[in-house]
Amino acid sequence: MKELQNSLGAYLKLHWKTAVFLVVLLLGIGLADQFVDSYMRRILNLCAIYVIVSLAMNLVNGFTGQFSLGQAGFMAIGAYTVAVFTVPIESRAAIFYLEPMAPFLANIQLPFIVALILGGLVTAVVAFFIGYPCLRLRGDYLAIATLGFSEIIRIVFTNTQSITNGALGIKSIPTISSLWWTFGIALIIIIATVLLINSTYGRAFKSIREDEIAAEAMGVGLFKTKMTSFLIGAFFTGIGGGLFAALLGTVDPKQFYFTLTYNFLLIIVLGGMGSISGTVIASFVVTLGQEALRFLDEPMAFGLDLPIFRPGLRMVVFSFLLMVIVLFYRKGLMGTNELTWDFMAEKYRALKKRLGGKKTATEGGAKK
Amino acid sequence: MVVGMTMETFLQQLINGLSLGSLYALIAIGYTMVYGILRLINFAHGDIFMMAAYFTYFGIAVFFLPWYVTFIITIGLTMLLGVTIERVAYRPLRDAPKTSLLISAIGVSFLLENVANYLFSGKPMAFPEFPLLTTPFFIGGLSIQPVSIVIPIVAFFLMTALLFVINKTKIGMAMRAVAVDYDTAKLMGIKINGVISSTFAIGSGLAAVGAILWCMKYPSVLPLMGVVPGLKCFIAAVIGGIGNVKGAVLGGLILGFSEVLMVAFFPALTGYRDAIAFVILIVILLFLPNGLLGKKQVEKV
Repeated sequence: MKELQNSLGAYLKLHWKTAVFLVVLLLGIGLADQFVDSYMRRILNLCAIYVIVSLAMNLVNGFTGQFSLGQAGFMAIGAYTVAVFTVPIESRAAIFYLEPMAPFLANIQLPFIVALILGGLVTAVVAFFIGYPCLRLRGDYLAIATLGFSEIIRIVFTNTQSITNGALGIKSIPTISSLWWTFGIALIIIIATVLLINSTYGRAFKSIREDEIAAEAMGVGLFKTKMTSFLIGAFFTGIGGGLFAALLGTVDPKQFYFTLTYNFLLIIVLGGMGSISGTVIASFVVTLGQEALRFLDEPMAFGLDLPIFRPGLRMVVFSFLLMVIVLFYRKGLMGTNELTWDFMAEKYRALKKRLGGKKTATEGGAKK
Repeated sequence: MVVGMTMETFLQQLINGLSLGSLYALIAIGYTMVYGILRLINFAHGDIFMMAAYFTYFGIAVFFLPWYVTFIITIGLTMLLGVTIERVAYRPLRDAPKTSLLISAIGVSFLLENVANYLFSGKPMAFPEFPLLTTPFFIGGLSIQPVSIVIPIVAFFLMTALLFVINKTKIGMAMRAVAVDYDTAKLMGIKINGVISSTFAIGSGLAAVGAILWCMKYPSVLPLMGVVPGLKCFIAAVIGGIGNVKGAVLGGLILGFSEVLMVAFFPALTGYRDAIAFVILIVILLFLPNGLLGKKQVEKV
């Protein structure tokens, strides 16, 4: 017992800043959960879900260097699993009015958390079948296969009337409103990702990103390692999708158009491909930014009837932003760095030095 | 023969498959040529195709230009668009990691889609009809739209011309050299930038012709019209062996035929029409990863 106390004490001594930060963060979420209005609550929930999905995407694309564009499709699977298994049995007849729900599903209702995890697992199984042919090959086939898959899954969900209710979608999914679900799961996934990245697996992921041939020569099993990363990513994305369904309370195939994936791509490129903290920051920036820039889509933005403000402008701005980042700030906010205390201290010192340097320079100029 | 299918309907479907396959082939060539030289999936290619459809629409339905003037302007503008995209979005990243290049390609695609959606609205626009080409004529119980015959003929001529350019002219030789070995070609004094620009010009020009013919057959223009044909045509290029022009044509035809015939033989699967391409892709990647005509690629250290 004493030993445990000692080691805990030593740990806290080493990481007291992180511990304080975590406590403050949890208090902040608790306070926000008490006081924010429903609009802000929805946006914050969306931020947390975007953190989960973008982190999963960055794990595959940024850390392992495999270009996957299936996020929208994977989310759809997670979302539909939660929808199908949590909709109250008594309201199913009203929802599936065109064609009754398939009998093998009609009477199963699962608790939310079970359905959520099941959604993640189903997504991972589907990801296995896409990854199996693509990940054995070098090259970009994964990108096209996953993008194609997210289109196909919409087609499939639109056609399986008795399971997904086709184009009508599923309504009255029991919703979550507390911030704890989304932020709690996001925190767990962030911590899991950090632990994963710093483990043997994480180092294998990064070695594949840097140089596949060298990694293989060093004894990293390429296919197995890529597959591990891809499946974990898919699992997290499925969970994110499940939360998304429970946040909105309704799913239909149109929500999971492949352009949804490009949101996450923008996030990981902005945050830095291969940075966990960058992804978290960028998720908030992009999600909040998308809300803040809604005025661009409205004709009377500044009280004037300017013809340039009309639906669609916001997305033009966002896609343009993606291009600018890729062309001029390829590393994004964080590059492959993490926002650790050391990193911040270093930046602070560099900033101080630069400011100080400027000062002496101007002084020198004044002497002349 | 499947029950309920007469010889006539079968022939009819073959003609449909041939014209759809030729369209796929025209677009697939753009993918395969760019991939051959830059090793890049040009995600924007499908959207270049979409822009070409809008150019044609505006030329004929808004500015009331004669069709031949519109076609020439459309092809010219689309080539310019393709070359500009390469110049602005791909060339600065030529020495960057490949992922950046791929993201840039996706970014261009996303930008073009959003710009089209913003400028032309998301509503589908009705492409002007060409009664001469769309009024069906009848041969022995077959009802054939002239456009279904015109498409394969135009495609055939363009592909013959393209093969001539690639195999017999100086620029074609430079293209082949760059595709085989980028660095050595550079050392041999080939002007890489010029070769890449002309590759994009040719690919985009063929996509423009594809778009014009596509809209005659399926007369509706909308901002996301290029996405699914784009994906399918990339798959067509993979089926034939990416980097191989003849392979792209073969892949396009295979894809066109299998799509049309699947719907004809199994009407219950009509909803899954767009899915067949991806099933074929997965099968090809599993058993013939280099495609039907592709050479095995060995990664060099």
